[in-house]
Amino acid sequence: MKYVDEFRDHAKAQALIAEIARLVSRIETARQRPLHIMEVCGGHTHSIFRYGIEGMLPKEIELVHGPGCPVCVLPMGRIDDCIAIAERPGVVFTSFGDAMRVPGSKKSLLQAKADGADVRMVYSPIDALALAREDPDREVVFFAIGFETTMPSTALTVLQAERDGIRNFSVFCNHITIVPTIKAVLDSPDLHLDGFLGPGHVAMVIGTAPFEFIARSYGKPMVVAGFEPLDVLQSIWMVLKQIAEARCEIENQYARIVPEAGNTPALRAVSQVYELREFFEWRGLGSIDHSGIRFRQSYARFDAERKFAVANVKIADPKSCQCGEVLKGVIKPWQCKVFGTACTPEAPLGALMVSSEGACAAYYQYGGVRRDDAA
Amino acid sequence: MSLVAAARPRRLGRLHVPKVTLAHGGGGKAMKDLIDDVFVRAFDNPALAPLEDQARFDLALLTARGDRLAFTTDSYVVDPLFFPGGNIGKLAVYGTVNDLAVGGAVPLYLSCAVIIEEGLPVDLLRQVAQSMALAARDAGVEIVTGDTKVVDRGACDQLFITTAGVGVTRPGLELGAGRAQPGDTVLVNGVLGDHGAAILCARGDLALETPIESDCAPLYRLIAALLEAAPGTRFIRDATRGGVATVLNEIAQTSRVAIEIDEAQTPLREEVKGFCEILGLDPLYLANEGKIVAVVPSAQCEAALAALRADPLGRDACAIGRIGEGEPGRVTMRTTLGGRRIVDMLVGEQLPRIC
Repeated sequence: MKYVDEFRDHAKAQALIAEIARLVSRIETARQRPLHIMEVCGGHTHSIFRYGIEGMLPKEIELVHGPGCPVCVLPMGRIDDCIAIAERPGVVFTSFGDAMRVPGSKKSLLQAKADGADVRMVYSPIDALALAREDPDREVVFFAIGFETTMPSTALTVLQAERDGIRNFSVFCNHITIVPTIKAVLDSPDLHLDGFLGPGHVAMVIGTAPFEFIARSYGKPMVVAGFEPLDVLQSIWMVLKQIAEARCEIENQYARIVPEAGNTPALRAVSQVYELREFFEWRGLGSIDHSGIRFRQSYARFDAERKFAVANVKIADPKSCQCGEVLKGVIKPWQCKVFGTACTPEAPLGALMVSSEGACAAYYQYGGVRRDDAA
Repeated sequence: MSLVAAARPRRLGRLHVPKVTLAHGGGGKAMKDLIDDVFVRAFDNPALAPLEDQARFDLALLTARGDRLAFTTDSYVVDPLFFPGGNIGKLAVYGTVNDLAVGGAVPLYLSCAVIIEEGLPVDLLRQVAQSMALAARDAGVEIVTGDTKVVDRGACDQLFITTAGVGVTRPGLELGAGRAQPGDTVLVNGVLGDHGAAILCARGDLALETPIESDCAPLYRLIAALLEAAPGTRFIRDATRGGVATVLNEIAQTSRVAIEIDEAQTPLREEVKGFCEILGLDPLYLANEGKIVAVVPSAQCEAALAALRADPLGRDACAIGRIGEGEPGRVTMRTTLGGRRIVDMLVGEQLPRIC
């Protein structure tokens, strides 16, 4: 496939791996301990497992799978809120596919659907708006999740609904922002990271400037990375090159998609519709200041939280669940007490086991070949 | 040659309404007219014509063709009923015929039970029945008994079909998921995932326009040719729901062997590749309706491939992997990039990723 196969080329991958090994041999630290590079984004985690990248890297490099899987960091309470909305008579509750399996305290959206709630999978918020248009007597609610990558599409959908005068459409907003979360990870005392692969599709929207603090204040290199396997390998090489040359910058490997300044019309739509929340609850990570967004007062009529007086249920993560430590990279997925026993993709305890972008599900499904070696 | 005693011809009833109603399930004249006009007329064979409660076969004629009876059943609930490359009727015949064929049996007879939602257009039902008749002729089987039920609106989704199939297996043929041995080769007869991709596209909610058609096809002749060319064949399975990945896992678990496949050798249509890229789906888990996975001893691999490729349904046949000596029960894939990953069973349905 044109413009895809080029980014999965075996010979080029081998050449990059050889260059990565050469750089690693120049880095003094790597002789004492492995270098920890965190890929922030779940899309990268997926690519790393899908192509078996981890097993191709020199042993001195350890990839830490970061908090950037929006499905994985949804707290149970929010899922319970979803189900409460979905089970109201007259509501059509729409969601992206992989959010439907996330467990709430009693059930998931898929189970709520089986119990009779009208839950439908959609591929875009515009599809949900179309349902509202077709069926003016039902209340259509869209379950909005995701980082800055998906925010513009829900914001633009709301603006469209406003223009078209559609009244039976609302959004249950669970959008989250990546920057405060990376900061929370960096502030975590039990963590040691040597560099980051930056979230390419978030940067496509917000640009690269918001990540500057990582280099400036925390002295860590970051390379904004694309999602094809050669993108990932080249970005790892770029992080290592910074380490080897004792540099510390925010570099952009994904320049074919990511403009340095981001996408101004998209950002304008987002800030027209949304504002920052004071704090937002993350699964495994707890409450993080300014890490979520909500509707501005002027768009309150599209806010499902206000329309349905959502209870904002708070449910503690299961005690045995170590999602937080995995998200922060403190432990590897298979080191969690319940990995593969009480927590499996069939019956996930923690959200990291649900989405294919979740580190635990990825390990369970695709298996770290290195994990076998270690075992 | 039919194995059924001929019966006297009888006058067939006619249906004069545009839609099926509950009256057509009531057991009276309306039901008889529906069965006659739609099904008996289309399937037209001596075993069905007398409309007894069962079809009757001469055992001696069956035992002349093999030493074991093969018996299978499957239900078809596909949405939409008509899709590029086929429809529920064609699927209901080929699917069950293929379930017999992959075990090495000669498919002979099918039953056909339909559950109809009231309000279904009679013309649509006729098209489905005619399609079944054509498919049966193509696959060399007869539809010899059946049943019709009509249910209230909402109690089923338009039309559900269940077919059961009977076939005969010749002596000496032993195929099984537990017979794979280290060193064996894993073959497929062509590009993967067409049916799954075609159905997802045909549902229309993806707003993706693709030329992908279902690969729905009868595989008996292809399989017979394969077994002739590679008599040591260990196992054949049609890679329907759950795709090739699921079949490979079954083999790995049942035979207690490791299987390694090579992504670069996995045949995929460009359109299916693109479709999977956009939606974040893995083509190894997409359903096929005209593809088999076969495990053959490596010494017979070339002969098997030649036999498959000689048939239009196996033109793109290739070896995708081998049975290895690694951890028993595990399927791994060598990726195009040169890495290695596990190919596990799917947990539920494949759900598209959000971004």
